Amino acid sequence: MAESFALTEATYYILLSLVRPRHGYGIMQLTEELSGGRVHLAAGTLYGALNALSTKGWIIQLPAEDESRRKEYSLTEKGFQVLVNEVARLRELADNGERILREG
Amino acid sequence: MENRITIRKWFWVWSFEKEEDWLNEMAMNGWVLDGVGYCTYHFVRCEPGEYSVRLEMHPYDEAYLSFMRETGAEFVGQMMMWIYFRKKTADGPFDLFSDIDSRIRHLNTIGRFLAAIGGANLALGIVNSLSPSRLGWVNLLAATLLMYALGRIHGKKEALEKDRLLHE
Repeated sequence: MAESFALTEATYYILLSLVRPRHGYGIMQLTEELSGGRVHLAAGTLYGALNALSTKGWIIQLPAEDESRRKEYSLTEKGFQVLVNEVARLRELADNGERILREG
Repeated sequence: MENRITIRKWFWVWSFEKEEDWLNEMAMNGWVLDGVGYCTYHFVRCEPGEYSVRLEMHPYDEAYLSFMRETGAEFVGQMMMWIYFRKKTADGPFDLFSDIDSRIRHLNTIGRFLAAIGGANLALGIVNSLSPSRLGWVNLLAATLLMYALGRIHGKKEALEKDRLLHE
């Protein structure tokens, strides 16, 4: 059950951004765009999170074509599964919230 | 008109946010940080508010610096373990940390550094107190100050951890 903890918003949006390969700045931009500007990933936070996620084996750094290119990251199979589970968990939270608020 | 100035100024390690505020005030007044030395800050002329400045304690790491460059930040310099960045405000907001966890990790980095040099000074202080040099008190004084700094950093960390009980 070790992987069943709730993801932080930052982790969630990073994983979501990496369903397709992206570089760091691309992750920051997509996160802002998806959240309508609500979630802002600071560079230091993102760098730490990318390292932690790589260590966990949820994402990998893609081999760069040459040194000057921006480094891209992508989800692994394991990271994809974590993301799918998290979406199901969030749906449960939102569904329960909506149902109980509706019933009053 | 002078285009470069150098200011000598001292900040305690636990006042790194004040140091950052001061550097941003300087940028608001048209002087952006361009280099750092021991208690020394070099500034060059800029448009008022043209830049945001950030600093953090981070071991020198070329991979990190190139990652920061990719996001539009410019590496200004490093003093001891502190690195200084600046970014044009027109290129978007500039923060190094956007959640509580990474702020806590940053304080942990500072704490480990203080504990390491504090511990070394304590050990040297004891050894030197027993030696004929009789200069051990210098190390013991340094160790006391470093432990005080560690306490201040720990206090900041505890406040953040309390915060984190309720939200990210």
